[in-house]
Amino acid sequence: MSSVLYDAPGPRAKRRNVLFSVIFFLLLALLVWWAWKTLDDKGQLEWALWKPFTQSEAWTTYLLPGLADTLKAAALAMVIALPLGALFGIARLSDHRWVRVSAGAVVEFFRAIPVLLLMLFANEFYARSTDVSTADRPLYAVVTGLVLYNASVLAEVVRAGILALPKGQTEAAYAIGLRKGQTMSSILLPQAVTAMLPAIVSQLVVIVKDTALGGVMIGFTELLNTRSTLAAFYANVIPSFIVVAVIYIILNFILTSFAGWLEKRLRRSKRSTGAVLGKEKVDDINAAEVGGTFGTGAGGSI
Amino acid sequence: MFDFISDYDNPTLLGAFWMTVKLTFFSGIGSLVWGTLLAAMRVSPVPLMRGFGTAYVNIVRNIPLTVIIIFTSLGLADIFGVTMGSKVFETRDFRLAILGLVAYTAAFVCEAIRSGINTVPLGQAEAARAMGLSFSQTLRHIVLPQAFRSVIGPLANVLIALTKNTTVAAAIGVAEAAYLMKEMIENEAQTLLIGAIFAFGFVVLTLPTGLFLGWLSKRLAVKR
Amino acid sequence: MKLRKVTAASAAVLALALTATACGSDDKDSDSAGAGGGDKIKVGIKYDQPGLGLKESDGSFSGFDVDVATYVAKELGYDADQIEFVETKSADRENALARGDVKFIAATYSINEERQKKVDFGGPYLLAHQDLLVKSDSDITEATDLNGKNLCSVTGSTSAQNVRDKLAPKANLKQVGGYSECIAALQSGAVDAVTTDDSILAGFAAQQQYKGQFKLAGLKLSNENYGIGVKKGDTETLNKINDALEKMVSEKAWDKAVQDNFGPANYKNEPAPKIGNIVK
Repeated sequence: MSSVLYDAPGPRAKRRNVLFSVIFFLLLALLVWWAWKTLDDKGQLEWALWKPFTQSEAWTTYLLPGLADTLKAAALAMVIALPLGALFGIARLSDHRWVRVSAGAVVEFFRAIPVLLLMLFANEFYARSTDVSTADRPLYAVVTGLVLYNASVLAEVVRAGILALPKGQTEAAYAIGLRKGQTMSSILLPQAVTAMLPAIVSQLVVIVKDTALGGVMIGFTELLNTRSTLAAFYANVIPSFIVVAVIYIILNFILTSFAGWLEKRLRRSKRSTGAVLGKEKVDDINAAEVGGTFGTGAGGSI
Repeated sequence: MFDFISDYDNPTLLGAFWMTVKLTFFSGIGSLVWGTLLAAMRVSPVPLMRGFGTAYVNIVRNIPLTVIIIFTSLGLADIFGVTMGSKVFETRDFRLAILGLVAYTAAFVCEAIRSGINTVPLGQAEAARAMGLSFSQTLRHIVLPQAFRSVIGPLANVLIALTKNTTVAAAIGVAEAAYLMKEMIENEAQTLLIGAIFAFGFVVLTLPTGLFLGWLSKRLAVKR
Repeated sequence: MKLRKVTAASAAVLALALTATACGSDDKDSDSAGAGGGDKIKVGIKYDQPGLGLKESDGSFSGFDVDVATYVAKELGYDADQIEFVETKSADRENALARGDVKFIAATYSINEERQKKVDFGGPYLLAHQDLLVKSDSDITEATDLNGKNLCSVTGSTSAQNVRDKLAPKANLKQVGGYSECIAALQSGAVDAVTTDDSILAGFAAQQQYKGQFKLAGLKLSNENYGIGVKKGDTETLNKINDALEKMVSEKAWDKAVQDNFGPANYKNEPAPKIGNIVK
C-alpha cells in the first residue's frame, strides 16, 4: 500500500516497522502493567468494589435513572434546538440585511460563550425569577443552556446544508415560478434536512457529553451525578468512575457509528442531490472562512 | 452597580480571566504537540501505532470532558500519584486541568491535522520520494508544511472551543472564570449583569482569536 | 426507497430518546408538594451520607436523618409509605422550603443566623461537632497538626474554611464534589485528614469497605445544631415538629435511632438536645 506519506515498504522498512511495533508494544504493555499494578496496590481491583455492577440493583437504583435523565436532557435539547436553529439558519440567508445581521449576531454570540456559563446563568435565573420547582430546575437549566448553544451551532449546520445544495435547485425553482418562501420550504429545506441528518446526529454526541457538566456544576441528576450517590453507598469511587466512562463511550460510539452509517447511506443514495453534511463537514462549518458575518469560527463540535 | 466585583479577591475578576487565558495557552501548546504526535501515529506505516491512535481518538472523543477532568484529580493524582510536581493542591489542580484538557483536545487536533494531511495530493509525496527523501524528510519538508497551512482554519476552531472548554476546570476547583461566575451569581442579586460581564469576557477572548486566525488561514491557504 | 429507510431510522432514534424521556419523569408529576393533609408528604433529605441520609441500593433510604424524618412525619399524620423523600442538596435547601417543594427538611441542616433569616428551624435534634477523620495509625491529634498536611473537604463547605482561617492556616486544602471522594482520597493516602461534622464522618468510617481503617480525632472544632427546616412562618408545622421531636426523645425512639445508625460507627454522640436550645 502507498499513501501520501510513504511508499509500499521494502525489506528494510519492513524490518524497521517490526522493530517499531515491538518497541511500541513494550511501551504500551509497560503502561498497562503499571496502571494495573497501581490499581491493585491501592486496593481498587478488589472484587467487592466491582461486584455491584454485576448486580441489577446498582443499575436500577442509580445508573439507569441517571442515564435516563442524561438522554432526556439531550433529547429535549435537540428537539427544541432544531427548529430554533433552522429558523436562525434561514434568517442568516435572508435577503434583508437587517434580518441577516441580527440573526448572525445572535448566533455568533451564543457560539462564543461556554455552555457552562449559559447553564449557570439559566439555573440562577430560574431560581429567582420563575416558579420552576427545585427538583426540576437543574433539568430546565441544563436544557436551556444546551438549547441556546446548540441552536446556534445547528443554525450554521442548516445554513451550510442549504448552501451545499446545487445552485440549479434554486434556479429551477425560480424558473417554474416558485416564490422565495416556497423555494425554501418545498425545495431547499427538505433536501437540506436530509443532507444534515448525519451532522445532527453527531451534534447529539456533543449534547450528551455536555449534560455531564450540569451534573457536576448545578446538581442535575444525570449519569455522572447519580454515580456519586452510588459511590456513597458502595464506597467505590474509582471503579464507578470507570464504569460510567465506559457507558458514555458506548453510548456516544453508537451515536457516532449511526451518524457514519447515515452519511454513507445518504452519499450512495441516488435520489438526493449528493450534498451530505458529515461530521467532517460540521467541523468545516465552524472554520473561519465560512463563519459568516463576523468571520469567527466559534468552535462548535467539540 | 459594579461595586460587588471588588468584594471578590480569591480570585478577582481579572485574575479569573487571566487563569482562563493561562489554561488556554498551556493546554493549547500541549494539545498541539500531543495531537500532532497522535496524528503521526494514525498515519504511520506501523499498524500497532495506527491502531493506538485510532483507539485513542475514538475513546477520548466520546468521553465527556467533565469526566476526564475530574478523573485527573480523583484518579491520576489520588490513585496513580501523578501529582504534577506540586504538593499544593491549587497548583496541582491547575496543572491537572491542563493535562485533562490536553488529553481531550489532542484528539480533535489529531483529527484536524489528519484531515489536513489528506488534503495534500499524493503527487506531492511521490515527487518527494522520487527525489530520494526519506519518510521523516517527506513528512517534515513536504507534507506537514502544506498540511499545517490547510488546517489553520480547523485548528483555530479547536482553539476557540478549547478556550470555552477551560471552564470545565471549575469542576475540580480551578479558580477560573466559570468558577468565579458560579460564586458571584449565587451570592449577588444582579444575575443579569454578572451573566453579561462573563459573556462579554468570553466574547473578548474568542472573537479576536477567531478573526485573526481566520485571516491567517486565508492568507496562508495553499492555492491549488 | 433508500432515503425512506434512512428517515425511518432517524425517526426511530428520536423516538427511542423520547421514550427514555418519558420513563424518567414519572416521579415528578405529583406537584402537590406536601400541601399538608394530602395523602403524600415530601421530605427533603441527603442521598449520599451514610448514617444520616443514604439512598440504599434497593431504593429505600436509611440514616438518622431519615429515621427522625419518618418519626416526625408519622406524628404529622403520615405513614411511612406516604412519605416521599426528595434529595435536597445543601445549596438548594432554603429555596426548596421557600417554594414549598418539600414540607420539611432533615438533611444535616445546621441552625445558624444566616439561615434563620430565610427558614424556621424545629429542634435541634442532634448536636454534632466539626471534627477530623484520619487513618487509624495517624498521629494527627490536634487541628494545629494539620499545618503542612493535606486536608480534604467539599467545595464551598464552611468546615474547610473554618480550619484554614482559624486553626491551621498552613493546611493544604483539597476540595472535591462529595464526601465519598474525600474518604477515597484519605484511603489512598492522597490526603491526611477529612473535615466536616463528626456525625457525617462517623457514617463513612462505619461503611463495610472502610471498617477499621479510620478514626475520628475527637476534636470539637465547632457546634453544629441539626434542626428541621420548615418554611418561614409555618408555625403550625413547626410546633407539631417540635412536639414530635420531644415525644421521640421521651419515648426513647431517639435513642433507638441513634443506636441503629451511629452504633456501628462507634460514634460518641451528645445527649438529645432540648428543643430550642441552640449551643453556640
